[in-house]
Amino acid sequence: MATAELKIASDTHHDEHDHEHHGNFWTNYVFSQDHKVIAKQFLITGIFWALIGGAMSVIFRLQLGFPNATVEWLKPLLGDWITADGKIDPEFYLALVTMHGTIMVFFVLTAGLSGTFSNYLIPLQIGARDMASGFMNMLSYWFFFVSSVIMFSSIFIETGPASGSWVIYPPLSALPQAMSGSGLGMTLWLASMALFIVSTLLGGINYITTVINMRTNGMSFSRLPLTIWAFFLTATIGLLSFPVLLSAALLLIFDRHFGTSFYLSEIYINGEALPNQGGSPILFQHLFWFLGHPEVYIVLLPALGITSEVISTNSRKPIFGYKAMIGSMIGISVLSFVVWAHHMFVTGMNPFLGSVFTLLTLVIAIPSAVKVFNYMTTLWGGNIKFTTGMLFSIGLVSFFISGGLTGLFVGNSAVDIQLHDTYFVVAHFHLVMGSATFFGLLAGVYHWFPKMFGRMMNEKLGYIHFWLSFAGVYLVFFPLHYIGIAGFPRRYYSFTNFNAFNDFTDLNMLVSIAAIITFGAQLIFVFNFFYSIFRGRLASLNPWGSNTLEWTTPRFPGHGNWPGEIPTVYRWPYDYSKPGAKEDFIMQNVPYSETPESNTPEENELIKLELSNDDLIIQAGEETPKKQNDQDNTQEHN
Amino acid sequence: MFGILLAAGIILVIGILIMMFRLEVLVDIVKRKSGKPGHSNKINAFLFMAFGIVGVVWILWYSWAEFDRYNLPLASKHGAETDELFWITTAITGVVFIITNILLFYFSFKYQHQEGKRAKFYPHNNKLELIWTVLPAIALAVLISKGLIVWGDIMEKAPDDAEVIEVMGYQFAWDVRYPGKDNSFGDYDFRLIDGSNLFGLDLEDDNSYDDFSALEIHIPKGKTVLVNIRARDVLHSFYLPHFRVKMDAVPGMQTHFKFEATKTTAEMRAELNDPEFNYELACAEICGRGHFSMRKIVVVDELEDYEKWKAQQKAWLKLNPDYLSKVPAAKREAAIIKAGITKEELNASL
Ligand code: HEM
Ligand SMILES: [Cu+2]
Ligand SMILES: [Cu+2]
Repeated sequence: MATAELKIASDTHHDEHDHEHHGNFWTNYVFSQDHKVIAKQFLITGIFWALIGGAMSVIFRLQLGFPNATVEWLKPLLGDWITADGKIDPEFYLALVTMHGTIMVFFVLTAGLSGTFSNYLIPLQIGARDMASGFMNMLSYWFFFVSSVIMFSSIFIETGPASGSWVIYPPLSALPQAMSGSGLGMTLWLASMALFIVSTLLGGINYITTVINMRTNGMSFSRLPLTIWAFFLTATIGLLSFPVLLSAALLLIFDRHFGTSFYLSEIYINGEALPNQGGSPILFQHLFWFLGHPEVYIVLLPALGITSEVISTNSRKPIFGYKAMIGSMIGISVLSFVVWAHHMFVTGMNPFLGSVFTLLTLVIAIPSAVKVFNYMTTLWGGNIKFTTGMLFSIGLVSFFISGGLTGLFVGNSAVDIQLHDTYFVVAHFHLVMGSATFFGLLAGVYHWFPKMFGRMMNEKLGYIHFWLSFAGVYLVFFPLHYIGIAGFPRRYYSFTNFNAFNDFTDLNMLVSIAAIITFGAQLIFVFNFFYSIFRGRLASLNPWGSNTLEWTTPRFPGHGNWPGEIPTVYRWPYDYSKPGAKEDFIMQNVPYSETPESNTPEENELIKLELSNDDLIIQAGEETPKKQNDQDNTQEHN
Repeated sequence: MFGILLAAGIILVIGILIMMFRLEVLVDIVKRKSGKPGHSNKINAFLFMAFGIVGVVWILWYSWAEFDRYNLPLASKHGAETDELFWITTAITGVVFIITNILLFYFSFKYQHQEGKRAKFYPHNNKLELIWTVLPAIALAVLISKGLIVWGDIMEKAPDDAEVIEVMGYQFAWDVRYPGKDNSFGDYDFRLIDGSNLFGLDLEDDNSYDDFSALEIHIPKGKTVLVNIRARDVLHSFYLPHFRVKMDAVPGMQTHFKFEATKTTAEMRAELNDPEFNYELACAEICGRGHFSMRKIVVVDELEDYEKWKAQQKAWLKLNPDYLSKVPAAKREAAIIKAGITKEELNASL
């Protein structure tokens, strides 16, 4: 059905591939079905959310870093959430933490990252005119948009947004009488997330179908750039795990509104014993983390894919261990489904399960380690150009190491008893997931900006942005390890009630100041981003000397991406600095027959195949005298 | 006033950014063809190296100098093992952390772009890849096997002679219940909970008559304590930082944690040279507005002091004699004796 539509679409637009797609403002920029426009919509919405989520963290860091200061001056912004004596209301503190977590994980690093780069790069790098279904793709964005509107509006309601933390464990999230955020705020949270999941699924189905069915001639799976491998696996994980979160949310909605007892049992609250019996809060946790853990990789894998590409390009070297990189990503994807209960070691789950999940969790460290070593070997012996994208990619690898290593603490059930739900965990996941992924996102923006907008971002501002962020992130999150080892629990409004947690005001202050500076540095990026769209230096066609297909398109690729035929692919994407070659890169669409000086004997063998391949295209071209219908073309070859 | 200043500040910053932006574009166009990295490449490479060295030195120094601040005093038997595992893990990961990060920064520095140089075409090396698959696997095997042994010990069933107590979390406090002289807890039912009967004690059960509650949790040193953990409304988590104990409190499901304290409160006070010191119970699972204030003091006594303390505690029923009316008439006499209710108390409650 969808392909039929597309065929009609591409038939009618035959002669327009060369020019801009004609249409009005609404169909071009708002309800567009062009993957490039949709990608930009995701990106800009993601940037918006990142600013909101970041600003929230700055506000609650003020409370943590300066517990005695009054924040009267926030009153115009926050109104009654500032108490009479000028403090942040404890419940609002929790609301901020909850919204911050939800926004960062789902809206920024899932939708903002996969939505942007899977959409943008999949068709361009595999050589397709667009996504398998442009319409579903458009729907995916608009579901996300509506979901965003709902989540955003929940911040402004009187009882406040959801406040039971981003994991929304019931009964806290199920009972409006338990905290005010569990009233309307939670209802909106659930509604928003349900739509969000629909958006993710619509997007994911599209990414998977497109990668499988619409690769150009010669683009076999073993020639796919690692970015595409990462997006493909990410979408697959998402497709398998997000529905579980949806069902968890649905059952919670039933418990909240229809009197069921999936998660509720034997509760006495506010002077009243509730009728619910027989439910289990643990059930929710299993369902939640069945998504929740894969979600970590849904967030991280695309970032790793992006850095593979950026590091290889700017080291002027092939990525080391291409196959091992794919293998480890597949390994991580599979294992990510069988480690979820490491978030539940001390929830009262059967201790035997704890042992099993410890084992599986630590096994997942192996493919992760392989990836790190491969990145480092890629740098080794390189000829490194520090573009801003490259800086952020190296930053990612550093965070991935630093944060990944602490996974060996919290993944080991015996050690996790003490560390669970302390600041140690906050330090761990912010480095390995939050900051690493965030840097991957930024690396991607800097690297593909010239393709997206036809202009360059300013490098100097990029450098300043990077160094402030890199130092900033370490200053924010490294000290949290010490605070965590000292036992400080997370989601605490203040630590003054306990003698055990009465120390570290100095570190907390340092962290908060660093957080403010880090956040400020992101504003430099925002400026650079928007200003460069209009005023940036015009980009050359292939500014980084990169091998992949997107750099064969015009400066401003129109609807359909390539004005003429889609290029055919003859080689893998990482022929950088190949011995004998004239330049230090050979693009994927250059046949071996044109590079006799750098071919290996096996590659010389492939030349014969190339010729027959060309014949095939010419023959097919003769059958349809007009321009070849690309849909047919790709389908024939798969 | 503040608003005007803020606006002026923002305009100034944006102005500076625009200036920088313009300047850079100009310099860029004049000075070099695009694509060739210039001076800034060297600076970035140098900064990576400097960052790595300063960072590692700072971390090592802080970890050394401030050890006593972030290292939480330990007071339980199993905690010694989990702490040991923690420090083994720290040693292994610490070494890897420093080596890999420094190498990452060193490679960035060493292999920075040089005009006329060519990168090494080095797409793979199966032997290397095998090595760094196997090495982490071995290190992990060590950590896992030790971890599983320790975990197994901690989660093992408590011995029969363990001292059993019950702790219940609710918004926003903890309460503790002891089984009393008969050493068995009375039944409870959440539907019986009210303003005084916080635990929902079932007064039809004989075992409940001598159960008592206390303002502070007392436990003995040198004897296994089994804590039965309950929650009344939402999730909480029973967290004793000094004892390396943490277990969620779940409504509708009892959870357990057994441990053995190794230092009395008095001993810890002497060791830390802090006469004010107290062990504390905290909540480690978000439970609402007052999550950060769910504190209860835990006192570790020598065994004989502990027994003495227990003997002095008054049964809950004795403190709430009005609840005698809930006791079935046939059992009332026995309940009065078991709870140790005196004549005067009885009369006062009538
Ligand atoms: C300016 C940067 C950031 C700062 C200063 C920051 C700070 C914090 C802090 C201190 C907490 C713990 C609060 C508490 O437990 O009371 C927290 C929670 C959290 N943060 Fe961030 N964060 C930042 C960026 C990010 C990013 C990029 C992510 C993306 C993964 C993220 C995800 C989370 C999550 C999931 C939580 C847990 C929320 C919860 O407990 O429900 N943060 N953040
Ligand atoms: Cu996980
Ligand atoms: Cu709590």
